[in-house]
Amino acid sequence: MAAMQKEISISEFFEKNRHLLGFDNPTKALLMAVKEAVDNSLDACEESEILPDIAVKMKDLGEDKFLVTVQDNGPGIMREQVPRIFGKLLYGSKFHRLRQSRGQQGIGISAVALYSQLTTGTPTKIWTRTDADKKTTYVELNIDTMKNEPKVVKEDYLDESPLKEHGTAVAIEMSGRYRKTQGVDDYLKQTSIANPFAKITYTAPDGVKTVFPRSVNELAKPPREMKPHPYGIEFGILQRMLANTKSRNVATFIANDFSSTGAQSAKEICSKAKIDTQSAPSSLDRTQIEKLLKAMQEAKLQRPPLDCLSPIGGKELEKSLKKEFPGAEFVVAVQREPTVYRGNPFGIEVGIAYGGDMKADEQIQIMRFANRVPLLYQAGAGATMEAVKEIEWKRYGLQQSGTNVPVGPMILVVHMASSWVPFVSESKEAIAPYPDIVKEMKLAIQDAGRQLSRYISGKRKEGDQKRRLQIFERYSVEVATALHILTGKDEKSILGKLKGIIENKNRLKEASEKAGDAAEEPKGAPAGEGE
Amino acid sequence: MIMADEVGNTKKKLAGMGEDVLKTLDKEGNPSIDIPLRTLSNVVFDKATKQLTLGNKSAKRYFFNVAHSKKFMQTMMVGGFCKSLLDEGIHASIRDMYYNLKRTLADSNENTFDEQGESDPLIVDIEVALDTLREHLHLTTDRKGIVAGDVVIEDRGDEINWGKLGSGGWSIPSTVDEITFKSVNAQFVLVVEKNAGFERLHEDKFWQKYKCILIGTGGQPSRGTRLLIQRLNREYKLPVYVFADSDSYGFYIYSVIKSGSISLAHVSDRIATPEARFIGLTVSDIYNYDLKKAIIKTKEVDIKRAKELLQYEWFNKNPRWVKEINLMIEKGVKAEIEALSHRGLKFMSEEYLPDKLKKKDFID
Repeated sequence: MAAMQKEISISEFFEKNRHLLGFDNPTKALLMAVKEAVDNSLDACEESEILPDIAVKMKDLGEDKFLVTVQDNGPGIMREQVPRIFGKLLYGSKFHRLRQSRGQQGIGISAVALYSQLTTGTPTKIWTRTDADKKTTYVELNIDTMKNEPKVVKEDYLDESPLKEHGTAVAIEMSGRYRKTQGVDDYLKQTSIANPFAKITYTAPDGVKTVFPRSVNELAKPPREMKPHPYGIEFGILQRMLANTKSRNVATFIANDFSSTGAQSAKEICSKAKIDTQSAPSSLDRTQIEKLLKAMQEAKLQRPPLDCLSPIGGKELEKSLKKEFPGAEFVVAVQREPTVYRGNPFGIEVGIAYGGDMKADEQIQIMRFANRVPLLYQAGAGATMEAVKEIEWKRYGLQQSGTNVPVGPMILVVHMASSWVPFVSESKEAIAPYPDIVKEMKLAIQDAGRQLSRYISGKRKEGDQKRRLQIFERYSVEVATALHILTGKDEKSILGKLKGIIENKNRLKEASEKAGDAAEEPKGAPAGEGE
Repeated sequence: MIMADEVGNTKKKLAGMGEDVLKTLDKEGNPSIDIPLRTLSNVVFDKATKQLTLGNKSAKRYFFNVAHSKKFMQTMMVGGFCKSLLDEGIHASIRDMYYNLKRTLADSNENTFDEQGESDPLIVDIEVALDTLREHLHLTTDRKGIVAGDVVIEDRGDEINWGKLGSGGWSIPSTVDEITFKSVNAQFVLVVEKNAGFERLHEDKFWQKYKCILIGTGGQPSRGTRLLIQRLNREYKLPVYVFADSDSYGFYIYSVIKSGSISLAHVSDRIATPEARFIGLTVSDIYNYDLKKAIIKTKEVDIKRAKELLQYEWFNKNPRWVKEINLMIEKGVKAEIEALSHRGLKFMSEEYLPDKLKKKDFID
């Protein structure tokens, strides 16, 4: 038996299970390529505090093949790092730390390279430059799927390159199908909404160029790294942390490698788990780790620090929506104070763009984001949809039948920022509906909804006022004629006078309201008497 | 008869209504018409004149108020229509007016008026607001009521003898104030609630035998009929006797002739006849004249209405009315005037009425 078993490389696994990572159809594959590259660029720029300027270009090569190029003005990558970043799955700086970032597992861009290799056989091309006075590093690479190792096919150092100063460009040839909705176009538009400080230039396969400009000129406050909170970890993570820690004993491991713990709580946890505080972390067996995990999660601890989050910001989101939907009549954004689910800090933001050129008789458009990344698929699943459906939208002036998505001229943006966003599946398309998350989303949406309903009811009043004036105007003609007959005065000048007053809206409103309060319409006499 | 100055006066009132609106418009204000309320709560029984009159509660009808605006426009239109009638010296029926004013408003599918029921009450509104009469506004209604007697009148240039109209009698128009009496040869006026009663007495030459003017109202008397009764009473000092059914409705018809009605309380002094008396049929008469076999049992609504009458000051201040009404409630009986035919077809004209007149058995 043992002889029959052999190690399966991650790359090989991916080759057989590409749907798990979101490459289940050609349209989505194309999107994934752009998405992974752009996410990486934004993360890199943000880390180096550079205002991102990203260019995305898609070229139709015919026979369902596309060339996708993504170029950024990020810090660039050291030559030694290039093959591993682009050619080794599960390599990355993000998985082993807890901090809000777009990618989480490090599968992203290397999976795209692998997909390219599997569908076209061409190597992935990378240009990268770390400084204006350095040459551009050019690398072409493949992935050895058996060994999960990058294989550099060609490398060069260029004087002339597409990179002006620092930055990275990647070009990938791949199978795919271009679609305008739920594809690259939507993704980039929404990315621009959630990253108002980024400038994105997009050249579609048909050659049409779209620029998504910045709506703010300042980067978001960079998120701080945090150690994991004991409430948020799982067995596997704890096991790995125990294996890799630099702490010499379990007590210091608990006190130092986690947030919200100290010597006192470490001691308590150890005694509850019946583990000697002095035992070496790597010496714990499976049963002990389980006991330790249970004790850690039952311990009374403070919540984790919340400053590891980098929300979009209420004002920024509002600006962003106004920029993207200049036709909207009303825009509002709400930012909730961060809170915690299972030991992970998270914060919800909600934006609403309403009215204008949007269609009033269709379901509202919901844009979901996790750590500034648009979630385009599995729209019906996840926390956002659950929150939307639990809300009574009629209260906020929209139509809704049962618990369906409401109908109205509206775009709803829901963003979750977290050091660890729980997804429904590995393809990261829907946020897992944990009750704490759904609750926060609901509260944020309701807050924004209240502001919307104030606007709508104000608008209705305005509409009522308009209708009122129309009524007066309609009746004015006959009134003027009658007054002319009664008094012999010029009919036209009477009509002019009436219309003048009607145009003077404010005065009119006052007069009408006063009259409405004071007057009772004369009532007829009791019936039953003949004339 | 309406004098020329009455026409001028009414025109002035209508013009004044328009001028007031224009004045308010000049001040950029919200024009309104003040209309006294015509509900029971604003109807007062004036003990001195024994008439129903309007109290001083009124309501303003504004143009710049969505709830009032259309009615304001309609009221102005009705006012304007009447002004044109007076200007041209012609009359129109209230139905003519409705059709004349009905049209579709510009840029809409809304009509100025959708049914006559909308324009009729506005005439009364203007009457009340301007303290005038529909008759003075040159608006007419269908003829209702008949009269016979030894009387000659002039109506639009024609001389008419009420005694020489065969079986018919003269149909009373709505514009009674425009007729002139040439000769009136009568000692009292007998008002009969029912046309059948009128026919009976007319055929029996009752008005000739007893020197009276016979008026048939055909139910609730029209304004024209009420005005005619008042004129005969005021101008020729003729006593007026009302002959109606012995039930709540008959009694109320009597009170309308005498004191005015709740819905037209504003014109009471112009058309009511406080001196009118009720001659019959009383509930007591049913027993005094042996009509027990001809009675009708009262229904619930009759009793309810009878109890309402007892609440009205103009009934409950007179012990005889209280007695009669209570008797009706107590015995649960009522009777039509035709019940007298139970005693013979000519019993009414040859025995009952002469007897009542002789005994002066009237209720005030």
